[in-house]
Amino acid sequence: MTVQDRGRPGLAHLGVPRGGWLDAAAATLANRLVGNREDCAVLEVSGGGLTLRHEGAGRWVSVTGAGCSVEVSGAARGHGAATWLPSGAGLRLGPATRGVRSYLAVGGGLAVEPVLGSRSTDTLAWVGPPQVLRGSVLPVGPVTGAPPGVDVAPLRRHGPLRVLPGPRLDWFGAEVLHDLCAQEYVVSPRSNRVGLRLQGRRLERSRAGELPSEPMVLGAVQVPPDGQPVVFLADHPTTGGYPVIAVVLGEDLTSCAQLGPGQPVRFALG
Amino acid sequence: MQMLPAGRDGVLVQVADAAEAVALARFARAAQVQAVEVVPGAETVLFDGVGDRSALEGLLARWSPEAAETVGPLVELSTSYDGADLDAVANLWGTDVAGVVARHSGIEFVSAFCGFAPGFAYLSGLPEHLAVPRRDTPRTRVPAGSVALAGAWCGVYPGASPGGWQLLGTTDAGLWDETRDEPALLAPGTRVRFVPR
Repeated sequence: MTVQDRGRPGLAHLGVPRGGWLDAAAATLANRLVGNREDCAVLEVSGGGLTLRHEGAGRWVSVTGAGCSVEVSGAARGHGAATWLPSGAGLRLGPATRGVRSYLAVGGGLAVEPVLGSRSTDTLAWVGPPQVLRGSVLPVGPVTGAPPGVDVAPLRRHGPLRVLPGPRLDWFGAEVLHDLCAQEYVVSPRSNRVGLRLQGRRLERSRAGELPSEPMVLGAVQVPPDGQPVVFLADHPTTGGYPVIAVVLGEDLTSCAQLGPGQPVRFALG
Repeated sequence: MQMLPAGRDGVLVQVADAAEAVALARFARAAQVQAVEVVPGAETVLFDGVGDRSALEGLLARWSPEAAETVGPLVELSTSYDGADLDAVANLWGTDVAGVVARHSGIEFVSAFCGFAPGFAYLSGLPEHLAVPRRDTPRTRVPAGSVALAGAWCGVYPGASPGGWQLLGTTDAGLWDETRDEPALLAPGTRVRFVPR
């Protein structure tokens, strides 16, 4: 469980991952629902299962992303809706029943100390505020707005992850890109905020040798020597030494955020 | 120079070597290229978050490797040559420890690119014939400030971490400080000299 905002783009040349929420659509919706600016820091909860106690004046909260039950002082509340959290109340998120990552926004935003311009915790290099653990206290910023009357949750796009050819397609050949898009992969339990690791039929390189370290982009589909692709997510290393066969479109990275171990995944040329 | 696709808003530019990569990255930044990220690699430069691709292409057309020069600031790192792999490197180089110190401290390195960890710079400048292999078994913990070699790269570990590079010594220079305006001491383009202590 980590605090996340948009991350810290622009520092990759210093070896700093951009970080930031994995499911931008869900996180920004959570902020809008409570009347925050879209870029306020939220809590990213993997797999659900969280109990918080709220101290200080009451605030609006909202939970979006992975489906889970929401309770305020034991009473059921809606998912994807603004909920009033009175002073001293307890907030409980049940286990995730659909998807992986839920987002909790609080009116005023989470106000942990920013590092290099962002409140995101990067889980690769551990730049940013510490991980949120049992007993952590999270400060909240001043309220800047009220919940809007109506907000429309963005429609989830179901279907394959759309890709564009990557910079090192010539290490594989076009037929291997077709192979990537023709088969069904399964999400590996080793997936995390760094990468969505997939298991499937091995992708074969058409050339041997080592690739000199090169900068990596968000959504890069990197193919290590074992031929099992990894889709780079927000905490990906800034440089890498394995060839990138394709790049997942930015809009489809929100789907990657919600894919859990064992789930099937397909790619399609975007 | 070759432009390779790197997503909808990214272009990966292939150049000949690390010197060209860092020179192109510096040139593009000085020309205020419209990109969120300008990231040099060993033989490439990534332009990501590119708003106007034709403007980038125009900028790249104005650059030539022949004009490449690295004129970054010079940083001198006071270094204790007390690394655990000094003897191994001396063997590989066919010299003794004093010979390793003399050769290593006689080179002006250039920070080519960062990676592996925030503020970890890959320093180019070691001649190819002095390249050394990584250790067969990486160490589980390399102390912060370790000055090390792998291949023809030199690097300084900003924080303690596992590592497989050959250790020559240590420096107590502040390589990474998130509270500084320039958090990385050895940002790409910086020239680096190791000064024996």
